[in-house]
Amino acid sequence: MTTLGLPPEARCDGILRPGNTNCAGCGMSIGLQWLEQALEHERPTLCIPACCGIVTAGAFPTSAYGVPTIATTFASSAAVGTGVSAVRAINDESDLTVCWAGDGGTYDIGIATVSAAAERNENLIYICYDNEIYGNTGGQRSSATPQGAKTSTTTRGKAETKKDILAIMAAHRIPYAATLSVAHRDDFMRKVKTARRMHGFRFLLLLSPCPTGWKSEPEESVDLIAMAVRSGLFPLYEVFDGRRFRLNARPDGTPVEEYIKRQRRYRSETLDVSALKDEIREQWAYLEAMSRAFPPSPGDLRE
Amino acid sequence: LAGEANRVARGAICGAYPITPQTEIIEDLRGFSFTKGRVVPVESEHSAMAVCIGGALAGARSFTASSYNGLAYMTENVFAAGYYRLPIIMIGVNRTLGPPWNIWTDQGDTLALRDAAWVQFYTESHQDLVDTILLAFRVAEDRRVLLPALVAQDGFVVSHTQMVVNLPTQEQVDRYLPPLDLPHRLRGKGVTVGGMTFPHDTEVHRREIQAAMERVPEVLAEAIDEFEKVFERRPHGLLSAEYVEDAETIIVACNTMARTLRNVVKRRREHSERVGLVKPKLFRPFPRAAIAQALARAKRVGVLDRNHSPGSGGIFWQEIAASLRAPWLPSGQAPLLQDYLVGLGGGDVTPELIDEIIEDLRVRKAAEEPVWKEVLA
Repeated sequence: MTTLGLPPEARCDGILRPGNTNCAGCGMSIGLQWLEQALEHERPTLCIPACCGIVTAGAFPTSAYGVPTIATTFASSAAVGTGVSAVRAINDESDLTVCWAGDGGTYDIGIATVSAAAERNENLIYICYDNEIYGNTGGQRSSATPQGAKTSTTTRGKAETKKDILAIMAAHRIPYAATLSVAHRDDFMRKVKTARRMHGFRFLLLLSPCPTGWKSEPEESVDLIAMAVRSGLFPLYEVFDGRRFRLNARPDGTPVEEYIKRQRRYRSETLDVSALKDEIREQWAYLEAMSRAFPPSPGDLRE
Repeated sequence: LAGEANRVARGAICGAYPITPQTEIIEDLRGFSFTKGRVVPVESEHSAMAVCIGGALAGARSFTASSYNGLAYMTENVFAAGYYRLPIIMIGVNRTLGPPWNIWTDQGDTLALRDAAWVQFYTESHQDLVDTILLAFRVAEDRRVLLPALVAQDGFVVSHTQMVVNLPTQEQVDRYLPPLDLPHRLRGKGVTVGGMTFPHDTEVHRREIQAAMERVPEVLAEAIDEFEKVFERRPHGLLSAEYVEDAETIIVACNTMARTLRNVVKRRREHSERVGLVKPKLFRPFPRAAIAQALARAKRVGVLDRNHSPGSGGIFWQEIAASLRAPWLPSGQAPLLQDYLVGLGGGDVTPELIDEIIEDLRVRKAAEEPVWKEVLA
């Protein structure tokens, strides 16, 4: 009998095994590898709804995930995660449960489930890798799609602006809500570790570049996210108990036009750059004011 | 009562969402104190089943209950539970699907889930309900089956009435239901449950489910024998065939209709009328051979369907029509089979209505399309 692939002893049983079929430049792939490193090879149970993240697993009987993984129905990852985490607690098992979901399963079809699990403060780390489209079905509009971006269902560019999911989740007064960038590794590691230390519902939002959907160059994925952070478009910040704010990186004057120009998904005839700049300014004024008025407590900053 | 049955069965995880007429079960479950277990008050039926799925995959005995439109809302995850091969037990409190809104009983809500890879039981009384929940755990968790099971009861007629019931002790139930040992429990190993499969693997998966379904009657028979040993009484089997040996006319009915029917048949038997009754309790897998055997000697069979599949007719009738032929019955021997749509939307199926149907059937020369027996009240 011939054995396909690596011999068992050489197999990497991290979260994401080599040999998966993810696209080059996929932010989710970086996110999964960094998650593995941040968790220091702890082996969580993953609950992944319909999204690119479950396509990553590959086809039966193979699995690109080296940890126990449940492919849940689209809207259900936070509820399936609730069941797993509840039983782990009943059995005094310390295993961590992580929901790993795209923007469709988080912002749209799954939002009632995510909101309810957050309200019950279930003991879960919920990570949304947000590529701002339904990537799995070929790139349709979601409520995470930014204004002016072309998708297969907004061929002239989306008219509406993006939903502020982090504010929505923080408003549930969950212990921890934070944004993650694939261009800021130390910040990513620290936040996952912070989340791991806590108990209850922890929400992490990863802006995940998608060269296929964003019509960008795969090798520029990380640069694009760096630009999104530096221009102020994607603020890196943390919210503790929905009340106390900490900003992690301030805009450095990088023009948001540079971020937009490098992606062919933005339609110049629809995208309102000046409105976007106003929005970024207002968002930062809000975050600055909140972080001054409601800074983190010493307990929040414990490493 | 269903909640109490689950408590003694030591169900460990339950996603719970209230819906009339199931609400009391959820209230009771939330009121119980569990030594090891948790009832999660979720935001929807869809998530109620999702919590059960997560809990079952983590290795726990899982239980929930729902009804009519709640079951319809839950449907995606009902199928998922079947396809994941998780022995979750659900009480389906039968209520008419809406709109238009109607709070009374008919079986259309649970029968709509007949293709979801769940074993389905239909119960006629409070005692039958308790017994069947315990049987359902035993059958569903058997390694030869490993499928979820739905136990249906009539909304209000059973769910909101009371009867003296023989409730087993914790010690007896612990003997009857050892802790669940799910072979595909997720712990440690890097496997993906429910990921993508190609067509052939999907066919194999479905054929395995079919094979598991086919083993249910045998496993149920063993579960009933064991039940008798532990609880010292015998529960209803997969099917009740009463007065069928010499019956020319047999009426088929499930749930509480069967109890009314039993009284009608007994009264007519006192007048030496050759009438019998068949009450299927197991609907999935449908016990074709047992049904065919029970009906084989009758001249005429009438089916009372308290459900309606638009464009076809009654669902029990469809199943029975498919059973009255080879290989379950020698060809050419099938009795006349007539469907009656009765009590839809919860209209009372009275002894008088059943009498009327028996009279209609007795003079019937040929079967026709399903006959509507409406309740004019």
